[in-house]
Amino acid sequence: MGLVRAPLSEAGLRLVSALLLLALWQAAALAGSTLLPGPVTVARTLIEDATQGPLLSDLGYTLARVAAAFAVAMAAGSAIGMLMGRSRPVDGLFDLWLVLGLNVPALVIIYLCYLWIGLDEVAAVAAVALNKVPQTAVILREGARSLDTSLLQVAQVLRLPWGRKMRRAYLPQLYPYFMAATRSGLSLIWKIVLVVELVGRSNGVGFRLGLYFQFFDVANILAYSASFIAVMLAIEGLVIRPLERRLTRWRA
Amino acid sequence: MNALDIAIAAKTYRKNSDTPALANLAFTVPSGQFLCIIGPSGCGKTTLLSIVAGLDRDFVGTVGRADQTRIGFVFQTPRLMPWLSARDNVRLALDPPPGNEGRAEALLREMNLGNQLDSYPGHLSGGQQRRVALARAFVNDPQLLLLDEPFTSLDAPTAQQLRDLLLALWLRQRPTVVFVTHDLREALSLGDRILFLSAAPGRVVLDLPVELARPRSPDGPAVEAARKRLLDLYPDLLSGLDKQRNAEDAA
Repeated sequence: MGLVRAPLSEAGLRLVSALLLLALWQAAALAGSTLLPGPVTVARTLIEDATQGPLLSDLGYTLARVAAAFAVAMAAGSAIGMLMGRSRPVDGLFDLWLVLGLNVPALVIIYLCYLWIGLDEVAAVAAVALNKVPQTAVILREGARSLDTSLLQVAQVLRLPWGRKMRRAYLPQLYPYFMAATRSGLSLIWKIVLVVELVGRSNGVGFRLGLYFQFFDVANILAYSASFIAVMLAIEGLVIRPLERRLTRWRA
Repeated sequence: MNALDIAIAAKTYRKNSDTPALANLAFTVPSGQFLCIIGPSGCGKTTLLSIVAGLDRDFVGTVGRADQTRIGFVFQTPRLMPWLSARDNVRLALDPPPGNEGRAEALLREMNLGNQLDSYPGHLSGGQQRRVALARAFVNDPQLLLLDEPFTSLDAPTAQQLRDLLLALWLRQRPTVVFVTHDLREALSLGDRILFLSAAPGRVVLDLPVELARPRSPDGPAVEAARKRLLDLYPDLLSGLDKQRNAEDAA
């Protein structure tokens, strides 16, 4: 083939982009020091860690913490946000708390949770969840403020019981906001989980990364990062996107 | 027996507002009657329906109706849940299964929406959305049906088709109907009785029984003759300008 006249498809562009990144990485590794192992070395390390090392169990611990913290933060944050969005007095009363919560550094919350609750699993999950609650609340408050009351009136005229009204008329209006909170939440939560593990746990991806840092073991650090990013991408592709497609089917 | 006994002393939109939306508005509606309400825009017709439906409780006065009256409400816009199919929008008005299987579907088929059962509102035309809204109001066999200018912004043939459908359903189930419109021909072609409201604050200026034989057509000679006669008798009726004189005429 001569000149490529048609632009590459989106998938094609993505592939080219990934290959370019790998090539640059390999070139930098060849030119550079032992502190940057190439993609092949990292891949070999990754396989070794997965088959003979603790990689899979570390991933399991970290994912379990992500899931627990995510569930707690979404439930608490959504409830707070919806309440604040629908009630002006509640909003006025707690708005300042929300601003505070959004601006306390994650590390401070983590230290305080470990100090106050103890160096255990509850403290770890609480610390992560607390970091995410204000963000979820802010997003859902926006959603609750923009509710279309004309549809809620329909539910009222039809005398829908509370549960049906929520499922059919109220919550569907908030789906876009739930999805936004989920997206930003997952990426925020898994980053904070690693810090929590580094500071006060003896397993999980964050703990292991700290260990490898002390040994200057860049290959293992990169291998762990790559595996975790792969897992999060899989969650996005296999859970979040299909869920979103299902919830927004009616827009198609 | 009266299905509705309305006595609204005053309704204001905001507290401390000087101009009430409704004032001294009182009328009763016998069970099974098709009542049309006509008035200039802004005279509080929509507000009146909200009060009757129990959506608006912030007023001075009383609305008498049986406590557990099943109400169907067709709003000015269809107000369908965009995330529910036509079928599920209609089912919303029914108790969850078991017990009512097939009722929503049967009614939608009767309204020529048999091929659109699983379509979302966004994929339906304006007229089709109105039909779904009408089906939702009718499916649970309401005792009281409130309609707020339901057929405006539709082309004339579609609007007429829906009026015929409404009349057929009314004749079959015989709910009490309160139908708000600003179209005198429409009111004359549908109602047993027409209430004319004044400009804000809305109150009844003329209570007119309509004794034309059914079926009537809004463009037919009988309706046209009745309209002419009415406008000759009450030239200011639809302008809502001379409230006082209309009130005296009505008395």
